[in-house]
Amino acid sequence: MTVHRYIPNSDPEVKKELLDEIGVKDPEELFAAIPERIRFHGPLDLPHGMSEHEVRRLIEGLLSKNVKPDEMLSFLGAGCWPHYVPAVCDEISSRSEFLTAYTGDAYSDLGRYQALFEFQSMIGELVAMDAVTVPTYDWATASGDAVRMAAIASGRREILVARSTSPDKLSVMRNYCGRLAEIMPVDYDHQSGQLSLEDLKEKMSPNTAAVYIENPTYFGFIENQGERISNIAHDNGSLLIVGVEPLSLGLLTPPGEYGADIVCGEGQPLGLHMSFGGASLGFIACRDEEPLLSATGHRLVTISTTECRGEWGFTYVLPERSMYAAREKAPSITGTGAALCAITAAVYLSLLGPNGIRELAETIMQRSNYAMKRLSEIRGIKAPLFNSTHFEEFTVNFGGRKTIRNINQALIKHGIQGGKDLSKEFPELGNTALYCVTEIHTKEDIDRLAAALKEVLK
Amino acid sequence: MTGYRAVTWNEPLVYQLGRKGRRGSAIPAAEEQLKVKVGDVLSKIPEAMRRREPANLPELSEPEVVRHFIRLSQQNFGVDSGIIIGQGTCTMKYNPKINEALARSPKLTEVHPLQDSSTVQGILEIMYRLGKLLCAISGMDEFSLQPRGGAHAVLTNARIIRAYHELNGELEQRNEIVTTVLSHPCNGGSPAVAGFKVITLYPDPETGIPNVEALKAAVSKHTAGMTITDPYDTGIFDPCIDEYVKIIHEAGGLVAIDQANANSLFGRLRIGDVGADLCHFNLHKSFSTPHGSHGPGSAPIGVRRHLSKFLPVPTVEFDGKKYRLNYDRPHSIGKVSGFFGVIPAVLRAYAWIMTMGAEGLHETSEVAVINNNYLLGRLLKVRGVALPWIKSHPRRLQEARFSLQQMKEETGVGIDDVNRRIVDFGIQKCFTSHEPWIVPEPFTPEPPESTPKEDLDTFAEVLRQISQEAYTNPEIVKEAPHNCAISRIDQSPSRDSKKWALTWRAYLKKHK
Repeated sequence: MTVHRYIPNSDPEVKKELLDEIGVKDPEELFAAIPERIRFHGPLDLPHGMSEHEVRRLIEGLLSKNVKPDEMLSFLGAGCWPHYVPAVCDEISSRSEFLTAYTGDAYSDLGRYQALFEFQSMIGELVAMDAVTVPTYDWATASGDAVRMAAIASGRREILVARSTSPDKLSVMRNYCGRLAEIMPVDYDHQSGQLSLEDLKEKMSPNTAAVYIENPTYFGFIENQGERISNIAHDNGSLLIVGVEPLSLGLLTPPGEYGADIVCGEGQPLGLHMSFGGASLGFIACRDEEPLLSATGHRLVTISTTECRGEWGFTYVLPERSMYAAREKAPSITGTGAALCAITAAVYLSLLGPNGIRELAETIMQRSNYAMKRLSEIRGIKAPLFNSTHFEEFTVNFGGRKTIRNINQALIKHGIQGGKDLSKEFPELGNTALYCVTEIHTKEDIDRLAAALKEVLK
Repeated sequence: MTGYRAVTWNEPLVYQLGRKGRRGSAIPAAEEQLKVKVGDVLSKIPEAMRRREPANLPELSEPEVVRHFIRLSQQNFGVDSGIIIGQGTCTMKYNPKINEALARSPKLTEVHPLQDSSTVQGILEIMYRLGKLLCAISGMDEFSLQPRGGAHAVLTNARIIRAYHELNGELEQRNEIVTTVLSHPCNGGSPAVAGFKVITLYPDPETGIPNVEALKAAVSKHTAGMTITDPYDTGIFDPCIDEYVKIIHEAGGLVAIDQANANSLFGRLRIGDVGADLCHFNLHKSFSTPHGSHGPGSAPIGVRRHLSKFLPVPTVEFDGKKYRLNYDRPHSIGKVSGFFGVIPAVLRAYAWIMTMGAEGLHETSEVAVINNNYLLGRLLKVRGVALPWIKSHPRRLQEARFSLQQMKEETGVGIDDVNRRIVDFGIQKCFTSHEPWIVPEPFTPEPPESTPKEDLDTFAEVLRQISQEAYTNPEIVKEAPHNCAISRIDQSPSRDSKKWALTWRAYLKKHK
């Protein structure tokens, strides 16, 4: 082995110095604890190492097979949304002091604690809740944690979930719930898409821990009945959990104001690139009450003071709840989460400010509503399928002639990626796709989509 | 001694900066023609759902935002900042810059997870190839890249164990998972979240590993499986691991082995050869992807052939011509997170393995273990430091768990004090131990292969000096830190709901 550029002590002279000091000749002696009967004597079936230049060529070569939005106009959302990421977000998220740190105390990692507290504070303002946790992996896992919290805090075993929720999310919720609670779908009104209050009332029972709704829903429209759902849940002693897309809260009433007890959502729209669905954060907020906070295993950064007047300090609240301390008694899993994404989201929200987020939400809503109008002018298209107010995503129904798969294949020939095919997830919607339009889509882009669809459906 | 001076900005909270009316963003306005066509969309929002007050976000210009967060970053301490080898169990190795540059390619960052597979062949190929490389390293048959952290991986493995017994009609009967207390806490915690009853084995006081007889006594017809970390965070390799596997298999259970500490095993042990049914790696530990101030990490799980059908959907498959995502797996446990995993970490880990190659991985473990045993020797010369189980295990693999119990008894200075003092020297604090503290006053350094000898010497020398302070002038250590961005923190909000404030709005309500 030649001296490796990442391994300073691979230099034979240094290595010998270390081995002499340890008192062994052959480094393999140090592996003597691994019994011979299970020892691997290699070599590993891997290629030879590469120079930096070779690795760059290899990976750039592979990545060149991907097609990105400036090469293809895309209307995909469904849990990962295309938004503009300001250069400042990338600047801060690539600061190696944040990027390469892990888990020091606030004495050495003050920056992380303060940025996380600021993240928690800004999410708290968006959703109107006083308590926010250090975030987890993504919205789906945050919803899993939220329903666990509700089951543990209430001691009840059934979670009623709006059936307009993405089936993938239901699957994650079920994997998170174990034997703790059962996930039971509540129907939606087939005209408006709004939660069926009749079905909700029918399914409420003394064992209902919580009702989970989303706003905007997976289908993209605003659920108007927040307060009524909240009343129905609370009258039954159940909790209300609301899942949110955060930018919509520039315009929409925060769930904390219509009775939510727990709020969760996806932080990817807050300055994080899509990265094939790989850069996300799931935030969780709740009422600032100990029984609820005790039912989450996630870290909670509180602001504090220090011995020196005028200094902010930070520490963790109720650290004994977390899996690190409580092991099998912990209410949920916790571990390496999404801190760098949270720091980036704090940067993004600081840039947006109260006016920016309102204007951004308005632009998104105008553009998506324009897209719905344009598409619904095309013969054979119904957009949206539900007669409710939509934010940035909407359902597009293509009637019976062509499948979404066929339509999307044809759109690719026009350099357009169509919306997500919903026909398998929600067969009752027929040939329906979920389209997403944000601030990055211009009028011209939308007109281009309309023209291409007209052509494809001819 | 190190000449370090901490950066101290006394930086206010973002909410205390800026002023009303400032802004750090310019939002693209919709085109006039478009607006005319859609009319007043806001009026379509039902009254009750219209936000009444603008969200109380800070109001700062772009330069102020940049300065604020740059200052915060300067008061944070990463691998690139200085010596961080005290943070054992975390494998704080160098995160190569080329991998950062590649992970920031727009050909990855701007790609949507639901794009037509013909437009994402590159990233699917990288995912597929990483899975194959991990198979070669571990001796397992198939990997899923979906889990996003170690605890998440163990949860996923526990779900697969459930699905396996469910399919065999034995789930009701097999509701117990056995673990060991020196395994990472998620090995007990995650199976409990998955719905199992957890039985925890304690180490023999002499050997630091559980007694085989204790495991035999713990298994029964209720045993669903075992979740265990090997090597342990004590740096001790549990040599009975294959025996445990045999015992669990004979009882009808499955074994999941946590490979968070794999950095010492490359080319020396493939966990599949031990008989593991499931395992996981932490890409943010052994495979050099950055820890990101506590995530995103990434923790792929590996399984043997008989469990492949239970892996989360989708899997990445290759038919010789094209890569695709396969959702059509009827026995799959479904999804454990939103899409396919932390893909930027997947790309970085792939780049790292390709950079290192077989010889480089072999060298990685060799030097990591040499570094650790060299440091171990130096630390044992420091007054007040002891290594539990030193007789049975005088040498350790990737890390070692020491005890300052003697120092605590003799001087009153314990690990918490030492951890507040060591940062004065520009050295990141030591990881103590997960709970329960089987080792009293514990600390667990892990000097990975990227640590130069000079850092090992500096670290040992600083601990020697702190020990000297403890024995001659303990107040210096107890009152530390003296050279940090902030002084000793009031910990009382930790347990007092009247005091704690998780948001600025809560702080204003409780403290103003």
